[in-house]
Amino acid sequence: MTTTRTHPRAARPVIRTEGLTRHFTRHKATVEAVRGLDLEVGRGELVAFLGPNGAGKSTTLRLLTTLIEPTSGTAEVAGYDVVRQRREVRRSIGYVGQGNAAGHAQRGRDELVSQGRAFGLSRAAAYARAEELLESFDLTEQAMRPVSTLSGGQRRRLDVAIGLVHTPTLLFLDEPSTGLDPQNRVNLQEQVRRLHDELGTTIVLTTHYLEEADAIADRVVVIDHGRVIADDTASRLKSGLGDLVTLGFATETEATTGAWHADLALGSSAEVVREGTVVRVRAPHGADAAPGLVTELAWQGIPVTRMEVVSATLDDVFLELTGRSLRETDAKSESDTDNEGAAA
Amino acid sequence: MTATIETPVVLPAREARLPKPPGVIADTWNVMVRELRPVFREPASVLFAMVQPLVFLALFAPLLPEVEDGSALQWFVPGIIAMTALMGASFTGANLTQEIVTGSHERLLVSPLSRSSLLVGRALKEIVPMLMQAAIIVAVVTPFSFDLHPAHLLVGVLILAGFSVGIGALSFALALVSKDQEWLFWTVQQTLIFPVLLLAGVLLPLEGAPGWLQFGSQLNPLTYVVDAERALFAGTFPVDTVAYGALASLLVAAFGLAVGLRAMRSSS
Repeated sequence: MTTTRTHPRAARPVIRTEGLTRHFTRHKATVEAVRGLDLEVGRGELVAFLGPNGAGKSTTLRLLTTLIEPTSGTAEVAGYDVVRQRREVRRSIGYVGQGNAAGHAQRGRDELVSQGRAFGLSRAAAYARAEELLESFDLTEQAMRPVSTLSGGQRRRLDVAIGLVHTPTLLFLDEPSTGLDPQNRVNLQEQVRRLHDELGTTIVLTTHYLEEADAIADRVVVIDHGRVIADDTASRLKSGLGDLVTLGFATETEATTGAWHADLALGSSAEVVREGTVVRVRAPHGADAAPGLVTELAWQGIPVTRMEVVSATLDDVFLELTGRSLRETDAKSESDTDNEGAAA
Repeated sequence: MTATIETPVVLPAREARLPKPPGVIADTWNVMVRELRPVFREPASVLFAMVQPLVFLALFAPLLPEVEDGSALQWFVPGIIAMTALMGASFTGANLTQEIVTGSHERLLVSPLSRSSLLVGRALKEIVPMLMQAAIIVAVVTPFSFDLHPAHLLVGVLILAGFSVGIGALSFALALVSKDQEWLFWTVQQTLIFPVLLLAGVLLPLEGAPGWLQFGSQLNPLTYVVDAERALFAGTFPVDTVAYGALASLLVAAFGLAVGLRAMRSSS
């Protein structure tokens, strides 16, 4: 679950970008996928890049993992420049992309071994490591089956296992749980969380699932149109917005009076809106204030007929910041710069 | 399902002690072995590129005219072996197209493997299925009126090896350029392969062909490879024909690798 741990920004961050920018040319038009990104990630952080499809999350990840070069600006990953020291960056990081790490004609064990060898493990060490990971990820039985015959969940576990062969201290995951069923998604999130907690692995992942960012990340970087629009812990992002208290009244007149009282009782930090017989109050610590408010209204002879208290979600945060709901944005995600990133 | 990883947490500011990376040769070997594993796990897969050549062999061989010195099969088989090598090596990019679509190519690009090893290892692997396919064809035709000349065959196979590496590299380059558009790969591959085959006189001799056809044939490196193979399979060793065949094979290999490396270096 979310913790309110402050991010330990080390003196020397593991990731540092300055004015990182990437343009693509599509149909003679320039798409600014990432615009002047300034970002620091400290050692041991678990950061989620959250944003709708096409926000520039994946392009950012592809810049940081040396798959594409920035149009301008710089990025250092694990102390190495992503343009001038690509091989060093590649040797320092683990990467789990959106697709499958294992070739579909291959066998899982073979892919783990060849990845280990690519990172300089001896033959024996590569085989031992492969066995260890197959066991950790519950894939021993599927180890010698063609990857194309594995289920989606099994394949995704294999992807993560391949990304961990060399025990990286910095791991990138691009949309790790997209396409997984809810149970597999939770399993994967637990594994990522455990990797971070037990080994102190620095993890950067992209997601367009609010619940995912909320559930596993210590720090959420909200990205929209290629820019960072918010950057904090999930709980602080949400508490800044406050809780939503919905009060129902018998009549509109009572509701109007109720709204007036609520405004008075909760002060300027609250936002009160009446719609018919319903009053919506958005206020910091609204959940704590609600019982007192209801009692107060009862004293005034305005009984509350029904009440609902909902904590702010990251979607509310996104809505507040952009005027759009992340869910809506997500549902109609056509012009998709992330995919252009993948195609470039 | 516990993700326990035993390594102690050592966190220097920069990964000062990155393990020594394997060299280019080790990387290339790794890539080649990786490509070969599915072949060895499912040896029947080498038959895929052989369907057409074997059909041609079965349907054309009975039509071959009687010739005075040696059997017509002796003339026809080297062409079919060269055709199989061309088919197999030119199909091979489709595997890379699939890896581009499913994502494993991207994983390899982010790994420490050098770009050149990713191309060269793949291209070198083409030699193995080519050898397996040549062995199958020779085994199939040997019971018929076909004489085996092992030493000559060895030279013939070496020439084909260089040719396969070059065509394989070109096929990978085509796959890299086509990216995830599989249709593009197949369209170009199919458009090119038959003119190359027919202009090399693989199925029909080009003696007496009109001048423009002769000219096209002379520009086709496969022509020289097939001529050399035919001489060698007949148990003769005309130095100039064999040398031209070897040179054509080397040129195809060099050109293919150069184009392939360029494509791989700009792959993302």
